Amino acid sequence: MSADRDADRFRTLGRRAAMLGGLQLGMLGVLGSRMYWLQVLESERYQMLADDNRINLRLLAPSRGTIVDRYGQPLALNERNYRALIVSEQTPSVERTLNTLTSMLSLGDQEKQRILKEVAKKRAFMPVLLRENLTWEQVAAVQVNAPDLPGVSIDVGEVRSYPLGDALSHVVGYVSAVNEAELKDEKEPVLALPGFKIGKNGIEKHHELNLRGRAGTTQVEVNAYGRTIRELARDDAKAGHRLTLTIDAELQKVAHERLRQEESGAAVVMDAHTGAIYVMASFPGFDPNIFSRGIPLDLWEELQSSPTLPLNNKASGGVYPPGSTFKMTTALAGLDSGAIDLNHTVHCNGQYPFGDHVFHCWKKGGHGSVNLTYAFAQSCDCFFYDVGRRAGIDAIWATATKLGFGGKTGLDLPYERPGLIPSTAWKKRATGDIWHPGETLSVSIGQGAVVVTPLQLAVMCARIASGFAVEPHLAKEIQDVGRERTDWPRLPFKQQHLDAIRLGMTAVVQYGTAARSQIKEPGMQMAGKTGSAQVRRITAAERERGVKSEQLPWKDRDHGLFVSYAPVDNPRYVCAVVCEHGNHGATAALVAHDLMLAAQRRDPGAIS
Amino acid sequence: MSWISASSRTSHAFGTPELSLAAKVWQISRVFVVLVLALGAVGVLGQYSAANGHMEPWAGRHALRFGVLFVGMIGIALIDIRFLARMAYPIYFANLLLLAGVEAYGKIGGLGAQRWINLGFVQLQPSELMKIALILGLARWFHDATLEDVRRPTYLLAPLAMVLVPVGLVLAQPNLGTGLMLLMMGGAIFFLVGVRLWKFGLLIACGVGAVPLVWRFMKDYQKRRVTTFLDPSTDPLGAGYHITQSKIALGSGGLWGKGFLLGSQSHLNFLPEKQTDFIFTLLCEEWGFWGGVSLLTLFAMVVAYGIFVGLRSRNQFGRILALGLSINLFLYVFINTAMVMGLIPVVGVPLPLISFGGTSMMAVMIGFGLILSVLVHRDSRMRNGEI
Repeated sequence: MSADRDADRFRTLGRRAAMLGGLQLGMLGVLGSRMYWLQVLESERYQMLADDNRINLRLLAPSRGTIVDRYGQPLALNERNYRALIVSEQTPSVERTLNTLTSMLSLGDQEKQRILKEVAKKRAFMPVLLRENLTWEQVAAVQVNAPDLPGVSIDVGEVRSYPLGDALSHVVGYVSAVNEAELKDEKEPVLALPGFKIGKNGIEKHHELNLRGRAGTTQVEVNAYGRTIRELARDDAKAGHRLTLTIDAELQKVAHERLRQEESGAAVVMDAHTGAIYVMASFPGFDPNIFSRGIPLDLWEELQSSPTLPLNNKASGGVYPPGSTFKMTTALAGLDSGAIDLNHTVHCNGQYPFGDHVFHCWKKGGHGSVNLTYAFAQSCDCFFYDVGRRAGIDAIWATATKLGFGGKTGLDLPYERPGLIPSTAWKKRATGDIWHPGETLSVSIGQGAVVVTPLQLAVMCARIASGFAVEPHLAKEIQDVGRERTDWPRLPFKQQHLDAIRLGMTAVVQYGTAARSQIKEPGMQMAGKTGSAQVRRITAAERERGVKSEQLPWKDRDHGLFVSYAPVDNPRYVCAVVCEHGNHGATAALVAHDLMLAAQRRDPGAIS
Repeated sequence: MSWISASSRTSHAFGTPELSLAAKVWQISRVFVVLVLALGAVGVLGQYSAANGHMEPWAGRHALRFGVLFVGMIGIALIDIRFLARMAYPIYFANLLLLAGVEAYGKIGGLGAQRWINLGFVQLQPSELMKIALILGLARWFHDATLEDVRRPTYLLAPLAMVLVPVGLVLAQPNLGTGLMLLMMGGAIFFLVGVRLWKFGLLIACGVGAVPLVWRFMKDYQKRRVTTFLDPSTDPLGAGYHITQSKIALGSGGLWGKGFLLGSQSHLNFLPEKQTDFIFTLLCEEWGFWGGVSLLTLFAMVVAYGIFVGLRSRNQFGRILALGLSINLFLYVFINTAMVMGLIPVVGVPLPLISFGGTSMMAVMIGFGLILSVLVHRDSRMRNGEI
């Protein structure tokens, strides 16, 4: 090839190489601009996306506030829950490790299957739960044998514990796992934490928000597979508030044990002036410790189907006809409305004809001439028929409402029932029918449509004993939040009217229907009123045969009721007792005697 | 123009200067060697970081391979360019056979996309070496061509076949990235030797016309790569995930980067294939915009040096060889970096000397050796038929 020809093609090559070089420079420019756009102009956005990738916000569960009684004795506290966990990537063979563990934790074959299944499902670095609520011996065994148990670790969680067990089950309630509806209802993210528990009943439920505390957060760096690399920042959880109850745990245990003798019933001991509840017992109860650890289905069904309704708090959620314990209300309505005066006297011959119907006194032969005090002492029905008839249903309704009946007392517990006090307006509303004056006579002795809770009976008694509109409550102090209210407005009743009622109640215990329940200790004497509530109406034929409540099957027998206050001259404590199917008020009065004696000896109201 | 250059001491039968071994070694460009060593060092650093600050499993082997291939590069630089020109066609055809061989072996062996031949210290990928062989073959063909020859369409049929046959074999593997690179390389060499632009226009028109046909023969994963490129949001957890995470890594690197070994995207495994195709992303996350620009500048200097060598050569074979090889390097760098920035679809093209992988490093180092050989023998004059 000649030099000229080579020069020709070299010129072309050179030109075209320059063009390609220019093109390459241009392409490099594109790369550079793209990098500038990504790394400089849009960098902030991508920085954020990278942090989103790498940083996980995790919630830290707060420690639940403890619940203590008025003396600081624990009623609900957090116990350490030792759990054994296994991380599958840290052990050469999960199965071999499980076999080594078998004797230490007594793992069953089924449990092993569940663990292996979960190990297969989860990522290799995620811990799988082997067993919860380990005993100290089991924890020690696992830790001593740690070299032979690769991948196994012990982790400490919290489990709610209730030292009083079933003695206080209805008051403290229990905690349990959050369900779907609750999760949707309250959009609090901490509820979604695995194993998080919230109050489902009792104080645990009512004061849930105070007890729960505030969740903390931790920012952790994770890799693309979700494995935690390290913690970047931490905002510790704030524990729930400590809650002091007005309850006296020792007195509560006494009440629980005393009620055990009566098969089924409820008792409330309250401060007549402050409304602080020292005892709220409902028998039978349940063990809330089982609930907080997860209740087995068969036990749940057993509790649900028992005729004694152990899951119900009979003290505030059980309603009963008050029977003769309503007679204070009737008398006060009569006095307050001016329908009778303090010297009102009725002649009782055992019968009280009204309209075309004859109302009977419980005593066949009658009590003869009775005044207010004697009528209380003997619980003469005829006297109160007369007072009720004179006062009228609406006056009774007005007084009953002032004494705390016919509506929720506002106690800080869930599932309280309002009870019912009938009135002409209620009758019209409920049935569309007009009130028949005969119905007033039934209501006068606490029968008919009227139903009340044992708690309302205690409130009524406290209001009569103190003259103040006390309201019952269980929370004495919520740490950093507030204290109980102890001063209540005076009720609009005349002092001499209240004194007359108290005199009647004193007579009941001194020589009347509850004379067997007298407290002999000087300065601790109690005043009260018995009552019995028919569960099944005794037919005319049975009345003829003289059938007594005791002869009926258990579930048809009358309820026995008793309300009381003590000491008589300077009331401090009130007590309401309901013995389900206890036949008559005298049985309940014996329970009240024991409780009132114990209460006054311990005197929880002395310090407040 | 003198037949005998000043540096020649003895006269050869063909009238070209003959250099002693020492003189050849002296002729090797120190600048070029430093640039290549710098790239190798960046590669080892990148691999060290990809393994979260460990020599194992990549950085150590990467350094070892680079050392061996660096010696090989110097060795190739010393090979007489006339010998290379004589061996151009045998090398081309041997490589073509190898390529057809793995294709057939893959089919018979039932191993699917089997593209490897195990040589012990590297897994040999014939398609990667084909890039070098094609440049050698085309350089040899056009060495003899005058401008008049090049303007004759019939003269171009043979080199066209030299390009299209390996492209077809590689696409059938299927290896979209390498096939396109071979095609672009061939096009660039055709352009350099003076093929009229309208002929390219015609070929491109034919190519565009063939797109629907090619689409039909494409594998699903290749189609997905194209569709994902066109709209990455269609598949945020699949193929689009790679590009999305790569862009996040790049962008979060910012102007100055997060620092060596501190790239969260890379070290927390959000970045896929960080030691191979996405090594540039890792480097840019840790060293930032300036680090990335510096690395690209380093590559650009090597490419520019190749062009410079090509234009210094007194023989057409050497000119085309050096220019072709520098374009080859440029294509590697551009396709890889444009891919990780989300400018072009995800095609499996490594970043030369930085990505972990034996074959591509081997191909690039052989190419560097050849560029140096062109430089060393730049004054060899080979007449038509005088090889």
